[in-house]
Amino acid sequence: MPVPSRRDDAPATAVTGHADPGEAAFSAGAPRAVDSVGLGRARALLFVAPALLLIGVFLLFPALWTLYIGATNFERTGPNHVNPQVTWFDNYVDVLTDPSFYNSLWLTLLFVLFSAVIGQNGLGFWLAWSTRRLHRRVRRVVESLVLLAWILPSSVVAFLWIAMLDQRGGTLDALLGNPGTAWLVEYPMVAIIVFNTWRGTAFSMMLYSAALSSVPPSQLETARLAGATGGQTLRDVVFPHIRGHVLTNTLLITLWTFNDFGPFLITGGGPGDDTEIAAVYLYNTAIRDGDLGYSGAISLLILVANVVLALAYLRMLRRRDSS
Amino acid sequence: MRGSIRPGASSRRARTFTLVTGLSMVSVLAAGCLGGGGEESAGDPDRNADATEFTLTITSNAIKGGKNSEGATWIEDYVIPEFERIQAEKGVTANVEFAPVGVDDADYKSSLGLDLETGKGADIIDIDGIWVGEFAESGFIAPLDDVVGVEAVSAWDGWGQIQESVQQNASYNGERYGVPTGTDGRVIFYNKDVFEAAGLPTDWQPTSWQEILEAAETIKAESPDVIPLQLNAGTAMGEATTMQGFLPLLAGAGAEIHADDKWQGDTEAVRQVLEVYETVYGTGLGDPTLQQEAKGRDRSFQLFAEGEVGMLLESDYFWRSVVNPDQGVAPMENRDEVVGYAKIPAVTPGAGVGGQDFVSMSGGSARVINPNTEYPQQAWELLQFMNSAEATKEQVAGSPRITHRDDVNAEVLSGDPMLTFIAEEVVPLTLFRPGRLEYVDVSIAVQEATYAVVEGATAAEAAQQYQAALEDVVDAGAIATG
Amino acid sequence: MSPKRSTAAADIGEAAARKTAVALARRVGFYAVTCLISVFFALPLLWLVTAPFDASPAYAIEFPEPTLRNFETILSNPYALPSLLNSLILAVGTALFVVTGAALAAYALSRVRIPGRDALLYVLLLLSSVVTGTAAMVPLFLMVSEVGGAIHPVLGVDSHFSVTLVMTGGLLPAAIFMLKDFVDSIPPSYEESARVFGASPFRVLKDVVVPLITPGLATIAVWSIVNVWGNFLVPFILLRDADKQPAAVLIRTLYTEAGQPNLALLATFSLLYSLPVVAMYLFVSKKYGFRFHGGIKS
Repeated sequence: MPVPSRRDDAPATAVTGHADPGEAAFSAGAPRAVDSVGLGRARALLFVAPALLLIGVFLLFPALWTLYIGATNFERTGPNHVNPQVTWFDNYVDVLTDPSFYNSLWLTLLFVLFSAVIGQNGLGFWLAWSTRRLHRRVRRVVESLVLLAWILPSSVVAFLWIAMLDQRGGTLDALLGNPGTAWLVEYPMVAIIVFNTWRGTAFSMMLYSAALSSVPPSQLETARLAGATGGQTLRDVVFPHIRGHVLTNTLLITLWTFNDFGPFLITGGGPGDDTEIAAVYLYNTAIRDGDLGYSGAISLLILVANVVLALAYLRMLRRRDSS
Repeated sequence: MRGSIRPGASSRRARTFTLVTGLSMVSVLAAGCLGGGGEESAGDPDRNADATEFTLTITSNAIKGGKNSEGATWIEDYVIPEFERIQAEKGVTANVEFAPVGVDDADYKSSLGLDLETGKGADIIDIDGIWVGEFAESGFIAPLDDVVGVEAVSAWDGWGQIQESVQQNASYNGERYGVPTGTDGRVIFYNKDVFEAAGLPTDWQPTSWQEILEAAETIKAESPDVIPLQLNAGTAMGEATTMQGFLPLLAGAGAEIHADDKWQGDTEAVRQVLEVYETVYGTGLGDPTLQQEAKGRDRSFQLFAEGEVGMLLESDYFWRSVVNPDQGVAPMENRDEVVGYAKIPAVTPGAGVGGQDFVSMSGGSARVINPNTEYPQQAWELLQFMNSAEATKEQVAGSPRITHRDDVNAEVLSGDPMLTFIAEEVVPLTLFRPGRLEYVDVSIAVQEATYAVVEGATAAEAAQQYQAALEDVVDAGAIATG
Repeated sequence: MSPKRSTAAADIGEAAARKTAVALARRVGFYAVTCLISVFFALPLLWLVTAPFDASPAYAIEFPEPTLRNFETILSNPYALPSLLNSLILAVGTALFVVTGAALAAYALSRVRIPGRDALLYVLLLLSSVVTGTAAMVPLFLMVSEVGGAIHPVLGVDSHFSVTLVMTGGLLPAAIFMLKDFVDSIPPSYEESARVFGASPFRVLKDVVVPLITPGLATIAVWSIVNVWGNFLVPFILLRDADKQPAAVLIRTLYTEAGQPNLALLATFSLLYSLPVVAMYLFVSKKYGFRFHGGIKS
C-alpha cells in the first residue's frame, strides 16, 4: 500500500483541499489506496452516517423549510397566517429595497471585520505568540481570564458589560475618572466590537497556540540567529506554517460573528438602529414583527453573504498556498 | 453500498436521497402546516360536559420565584386546590395543572402561537388584552359564545361587576373572547422632595400641559442636577413609549390612535404631541440618552428612586412593583411620603378626548379558553371560579392591585390610597388601545417617531416620518391626516 | 538591521548600552501590555463577584456590606437548582452526541477520500451558522411537535432528548470541521504501523486513534457544552414543562411583569449559572487536555 508522504508541519492543509492523504493518493492515480489506514470506504460512510443523519433531519430539513417559507407571505399571526400564499420573490424584492437591510448588512460587515477578523484574530494571535515567553503560571492566569470570557453564558456577560459601560457608576467611567459618558449611546458600534473581541478571543488564542506548536523551534532559532526582526520571523517563518489555521480560524469566527445575537442583549440593536446587525435585524423581523416569510428571505440573503465571505477567504489563502 | 464500484457513487446517491426526501417532506409538511392556524373550529361546546373525571391546564406568563410570582402562587396554591376540592364535593375528579412560563412577552406570545397553531396548548390561557384581536384573526382563539355556548356565557353573574370599558379589553369586533383579569391606569408620578427643593407645591395637580412644562422648567432652574421630566420615548423601551408616553398625550390632545376606522396620521394632534417631546428633549427638560440606551427605562426608575428625576409618566405598575419598598426593583423606603401622583391633564381643560379635562390609558390581560380544549364546560367553570369575587380577593391579598371586579376593588384597595385613586379617579376616564391586528406595527411607527425627536428631529419632521411609516403598514385610506 | 559602523570604541559601548536599554524598554512594554490585556479581560468579571452579595445591586461595582440574602432567595426559587440540573443533562447529552458523531465523521473524512467532502463540509458549516437562529424556529417546532411527537413522545416536545438532538444537529458541522483539522494534523503512520501488526480497524480506532485525538475531543466537548449552556431559544420553544427548562430559560424569568430585571436575583443566579460551566471546563481540561491541534508534535 503506497503511503502518501505527509508534512507534519502543515496540519490544516486539508482545509484548502491540498496534500491530505486521500487526495494525494487519488491524484497519484492509485484508486486502490483510497485510504491509508485500511478503514475502507463502506466503513467510512458508516462512520459519517450518524452525523449526516442528524444534520439532515435537524439542520438541512429545517433549513430548506425556512427557505420555502421565505418564498411565501407567511406571518406568525393574522390573515397571512391562516392563508399564506406563495409569493415567490416578493420578499426578496422587499428586503433588497429596504434601507434597513443594507444598514444591518453594513453594520454586520464592520462588526465582523473589526471584532472578529481584526480583533479576535489579532488579539488571539498576539496572546498565543507572546505568552509563550511568560512564566507557566502567569501564562495560565492570563489564558484562564481570556477563556472565562468565552465560557460564560451570553445572558450573563450581557449584564457584565452593561455594568462595565454604564453611564452612571459604570466601571469604565469610574476608571477613567470621567463619569457621564454613555458609551452604549455615544459609541454603540465601538462598544459591541470591543465586547465581541473580549467575548471571542479565547477561541483564536487556543487555536493559534496549538498552531504555533507546529512551527519547528529550529527554524525560529535560525531566524533569530540570522537577526530577523519579530515581523520578519512572523512573515517568513511562522506564517507559512499556520496559513491553514488562519483560514480555518478566520472562517469560523467570521461565520459565528456574522450570526451572533450577543450584542442584542446589551444594546437591543440601538440606539435607534445603530447596532442592528444581521442577527438582530432577523430577530426583530421574526420575533418582534412576526414576519416569518420576510425573515426566511433574509436568512437566505445572509447565507449568501456568508458564502461570499467564505469564498473570498478561500481564494485569498489558497492562492498563496499554491504559489 | 458494498455493490458500488465507482468511487463516490454511493455517497452521491445518499446525498441525492437526502435531498429528495427532504424536499418532498418540505412540500408535504409545509402544505399541511404552514396554514395550520386554520378555521375557527370551536367544536361542540357541550362535548364531555358530563365527564366525571377531567384534566385542565392553565398557563400564564408567570412563574413562582420569578416574573409575576404572586400570580403563579395564587394559581398553584389557591385556585387549583380550591377548584379540585369543589369538584370533588360534586363527585367529580378534577386534575388541574399549571404550566408556568415567565419570560419576555414577545417570547411568550411566540410559544403560545406555536402551541395554538398545532392544536395544543393549555385550556385556559392568559394573554395580553392587546393580543386578542390578533389571535382571533389568526384563528388561535374563538369567541366565548362559540367555545362554551351563548347561554353558559351570559349566565355568569360576574359580568355585572366588570366595567364595560374593561370588558372591551378582552373583546374583539364586539364579541367576548375571554374574561379580563384586571386593569391599570396611567398618571404622572412626581418626587415630592424634588418638588419641595424647587419650591413647587408637593400637593400638585396640573390642569394643562403648560403647567407640567412650567414645573419642569422650575426644577431645571432650581435643581440643575435633577432630570425634571422623563417622558417615555424611543424604540428601546418598546410598548412603554406608546402606552406611557405618546398615547396618553394624544388622548390629551383630543384624539384616539384609531377612531372611525382611521388611524391617526400626520394630524394636528400628533404634531402637538411630538412638539411636547421636542420641548422636553430639545430644551434639556429630559435626558435623551435615557431614551436611547437599551436599559434606559430601568435606569430612569432607579434615578427616580434616588431623587434624580422629577416626574415620570407611568402606570400604577410603577407604584406596585418598582418603587414598592417591599418588593420593588427600585425600592423607596419612604414611597408613601415622597412619591406623589397626579392625573394627566388635557392640553387645556376640556380639550381631551370626549371633551375631558383629564385622560389616561389602560391595559390589562385576559384569560381565554383554548378552542381545542377537550372540556369546554369545565374550563368555563374553572374560568368563572378564577374570576369569582372570592378568588379575585385571594389573588390580590398579598399585594393589592386593581382587579377587573368593582366589588373586589372597593374592598381590597381601601388600604392603598394610590390604587384607590386609580380605580376611582382614573379608570372612569381612561381609554384602551384598539385591539387591532395593525396596532403592533403602528406602535412601532410611533416609537420610531418619538425616537427621531429625541435624536434631534423637529416635531414636523417626525410627524412626516411617522406618516410615511404608517403608509407602509395600513391602507392609505385608513389614515387620518390634516 | 545593519550594525552601525563607528570609529570610536566609546560609541560602540554607547550603542550597546542603548541596545540593552531598548531591549529592557521592550520587555517592560511587553509586560505592561500583557497586564493591560489581562485587566481588559478581568474587569467586566468584577460585577459577577460583587453584585450577588449586594442587597440592591445596580449596574455599578459597589462594595456594600456583604449579604447572602440573595442566595437564600434564589435557592428558595423552586426552579433554580433543578434548572441547573436540566442544563447539565442537555449540555452533557449534546456534548456526548456531538463528540461521538463528529469524531466518527471527522476521522472517516480525514482518512478516507469521499468525493465532494470539502464542499459538503462548507455547505453544512454555512447552513449551521445561519439556520439555527430565529428564522428556523417555526419549522423546528413543527417538525418536533408534529413529526417527532407522532413517532414517539421522546422525540416530541417536552423531551430533553429531542432538544439534545436538535442542538446536536446544529453543532455537528462546525464540530466535524474543527475535529477534521485535528485528525489531519496526526500523521496516519501510527495507524499504519498498527495495521501492519495486524490490528483490526476497530482496534486501531480504539487503541491508537482515540488516545491521540482525546485533547481534540475534549475541546469539542467543552465547545458544545458552552454552546448548549447559553442557548435559550431552542429549549424554550421545545420544552413546555417548566420543570424541564434549563438555566438559560430560568434566567429570563427573573424579571418583573413589565420586563424590569430583578438585578439582585439575576446577579446571584448568574453566578450560580456560571460556576458549573467553568467547573466543567476545568475538569475536562485537566483530565483530557484541551487543545485544537497537534496531537503529536513533529
